[in-house]
Amino acid sequence: MPTTLTINGQRHSTDLPPEVPLLWVLRDELGMTGTKYGCGVGSCGACTVHLSGVAVRSCQLALGDVDGPVTTIEGLGSPENLAVLQQAWIDHQVAQCGYCQSGQIMQAASLLAETPAPTDAQIDEAMAGNLCRCGTYSRIRTAIHSAAARLQEG
Amino acid sequence: MGRLLKYTRRAFLVGTAAITGGVAFGIYETRKKLPNPLKAAPGQAVLNPYILIDGQGITIITPRAEMGQGIHTTLAALVAEELDVPWQSIRTMHGPAAQAYYNGVLIGLGLPFKDYALKNWQEQVQSATDFLPKMLALQVTGGSTSVKDGFEKMRMAGATARETLKQAASARMGVPADTLKTENGQVITPAGAALKYTELAEEAAKIEPPEKVALRPASEWKYLGHDMPRVDMLAKCTGTAEYGADIRLPGMKFATVRMNPRRTGMKSFDAKTARAMPGVEKIIDLGDGIAVVASNTWLAFQAAQAVEIDWEPSNYPETTTALLGAIAAAFERDANSHLRNDGDVRAIFSDPPEGSTQITAEYSVPYLAHATMEPMNATALFQDDSLTIWAGNQAPLVARDKAAEATGLKPEQVTVNTPFLGGGFGRRAEFDFSVIAAKVARAMPDIPVKVMWSREEDMTHDFYRPAAVARFRGVVTGGTATAFEAKISAPSVTRQSGLRMAGFAAPGPDKGHVEGAFDQPYAIPNYSVRGYLAEVDLPVGFWRSVGNSFNGFFHESFIDELAHAAGYDPLDFRLNLVRQAHPPSAVLLETVRDMAGWTGLTGDDKGRGVALTYSFGTPVAEIVEVQNGPDGIRITEAWIAVDPGTALDPRNIRAQMESGLIYGLSAAVFGEITFADSMAEQENFPDYDVLRMHTTPRISVKVLENNKGNSGNHIGGIGEPGTPPSMPALANALYDLTKIRARDLPLNRTFDFAV
Repeated sequence: MPTTLTINGQRHSTDLPPEVPLLWVLRDELGMTGTKYGCGVGSCGACTVHLSGVAVRSCQLALGDVDGPVTTIEGLGSPENLAVLQQAWIDHQVAQCGYCQSGQIMQAASLLAETPAPTDAQIDEAMAGNLCRCGTYSRIRTAIHSAAARLQEG
Repeated sequence: MGRLLKYTRRAFLVGTAAITGGVAFGIYETRKKLPNPLKAAPGQAVLNPYILIDGQGITIITPRAEMGQGIHTTLAALVAEELDVPWQSIRTMHGPAAQAYYNGVLIGLGLPFKDYALKNWQEQVQSATDFLPKMLALQVTGGSTSVKDGFEKMRMAGATARETLKQAASARMGVPADTLKTENGQVITPAGAALKYTELAEEAAKIEPPEKVALRPASEWKYLGHDMPRVDMLAKCTGTAEYGADIRLPGMKFATVRMNPRRTGMKSFDAKTARAMPGVEKIIDLGDGIAVVASNTWLAFQAAQAVEIDWEPSNYPETTTALLGAIAAAFERDANSHLRNDGDVRAIFSDPPEGSTQITAEYSVPYLAHATMEPMNATALFQDDSLTIWAGNQAPLVARDKAAEATGLKPEQVTVNTPFLGGGFGRRAEFDFSVIAAKVARAMPDIPVKVMWSREEDMTHDFYRPAAVARFRGVVTGGTATAFEAKISAPSVTRQSGLRMAGFAAPGPDKGHVEGAFDQPYAIPNYSVRGYLAEVDLPVGFWRSVGNSFNGFFHESFIDELAHAAGYDPLDFRLNLVRQAHPPSAVLLETVRDMAGWTGLTGDDKGRGVALTYSFGTPVAEIVEVQNGPDGIRITEAWIAVDPGTALDPRNIRAQMESGLIYGLSAAVFGEITFADSMAEQENFPDYDVLRMHTTPRISVKVLENNKGNSGNHIGGIGEPGTPPSMPALANALYDLTKIRARDLPLNRTFDFAV
């Protein structure tokens, strides 16, 4: 029995068993490799995507439990059509190795959707589950503030 | 000359045996021009191994691993500076694995000199080792050497290409080449006509480039010395950057691996259950482990766990305590090195001056994992007697040769592609992941296979930063250190990696083992540092800053103990000793003092610590501040002053300093790999925590350029030097806060941190 998913506004169908985590459906089955594997136990945040607009760890979300539309980094914006957050990330030259940044950006997008003008403490709380081994945290925080300001301006 | 020659020979012998091997190549070989690995496709022009021009524009080959340190950007800027091309127009690529891209300064780094006090002949000897990595085909990203190595040759690549483009324009337009100018990717004639490089490239490629061209002085630089937008930023913020883990090939299968958690071989395995699992395509006997090939990675992970494996026993002690015991036992044997031996330490301990204080201390640090965000992986395809590998790696020629050896091929039958690395920190200098993928591909002809390690496999099969033990004695007299004696024991990364990569362990003093301790810029009159090599077969490897990662902690913690024993402010105490040895390092201490507003006094609930480490040609001073709170101790603030001599990209240098500090603080607070039954006990981030956004301090960085060396144009490394002083600065701050001296890492064994 195939499962139907809506990812970045497009419908996809897969025959994979329902227990396969969404992460691997995205990466291996659908070839959407912007979402990363880091730990497989929901403790690093590299695999963060949106389910119905809210950040979730796709390594912990079984295919059978995907009950709403999914947005990945590829759906947030593209090199030709950047999301405000991605532009802020570039303006502040956030990324180093960059492997965690898809997850960081998706987590930040979820935060701003809920809290349009977050304080440092709110940012810290929202981002606490997203690891970065290069240590780009200070620029991530700055970029989130900067994107929030731009979004507020409309 | 006689002296230089004599010291050269000696240096070759004491450096690494790889060097002695290299001498045999002879003068002719060393001068021979290396073949250009770039082959022009139709419509492309190759001007030299670094510059490829086609109708689309200019591609600069940046043949070092981009693992976050920003090297593709800085290497591209070196070429672009001389080539006169607009920054936004250039593309970069790592390019093929090739001898032409050898790292010419890697071996010089292993010579047992104190970088802060290089004499002229030592500088000459360091640069004289350039031909050895060339002959040994060492295309390696490591030792914070890429910019030093590329500083002249990448600019020369840009400058000589520019001259051939001018000659092509000269021939076409019939005007003398020396009347032509270049700007914005164009050659401009005196009459103002502009010829695009893309139009001239094919003609330019036929012209023999000049050997040497005068390089532009720093005063004329447009890109170098400035904050350059990173060439990889757009891709990394849009999920379009391709890491090893992201390689996709038509018909590709997904695999994973299980190797012996006790790091030896395999007796037998039973894969009956795994083989029956849906989606599993093949179980491959790797000899020392198994690989599972499946229709997706997750299925491969599940099936690999279902394989029952009878492993060979380990060949190293079973527990952390026994491992540390084996390390301490090396103190009973002869020292491997005594690279610092100033004054007469023995005399001062047997007859200490009147009114002096003597202190002793023993320190230890644990094994550490690299924990790159991207777990180890590689993709390979075996087809028509040739093997292609895609692997984020720091040593592509080693990966090529080892993969060839493992699959019965010749090196020239193997191609290695190096995509982006999701972190390296030294882990990806190894070749294990490439060889495993090669073996899997060999067993699956014509089918590309990606071998992705689970995080658990990655963490339990690391080449760990070794545990280490240090024993100190010191004497303070009249407010200053009059004697400092260190004995440091650990398994040798240099020897183990030498055996692994080149098949032999280098004899002679192991500099990497004592770096960060023997080579520090302190004018202590009686100063002795000995290294002891522990024979422990547990795999160890290069971990960001290598020996400095433990010696920095040891040295700067004990200096702090001496300062307190002397009743002196720890910053002033250092300043007095450093100023005499290396003035630019003293300026760094003064700079962080001023940045932090250091007075030596903090409130009851705050503590501050300072540390200085000179590593990879770059001194770094750091102050860390901690604060007691209701939920534990927080690291609230850090100040960093760094002096690489020449700062090519200040913003990137600041980013690398923050990065190095956070990497070091993560290790200092939480990091330890412990062993039970010879297996690593930490498997994933819940067991191996690191700093997060809310536990990371606010960080300020200042970049100075006083450390110019004898040559006046010294350029130090940047990727690693931020790490070593972070750990002692934190421990010293905790001492200031609590008056508890933590001599063993990680610090969460001694202190309660807010998490």
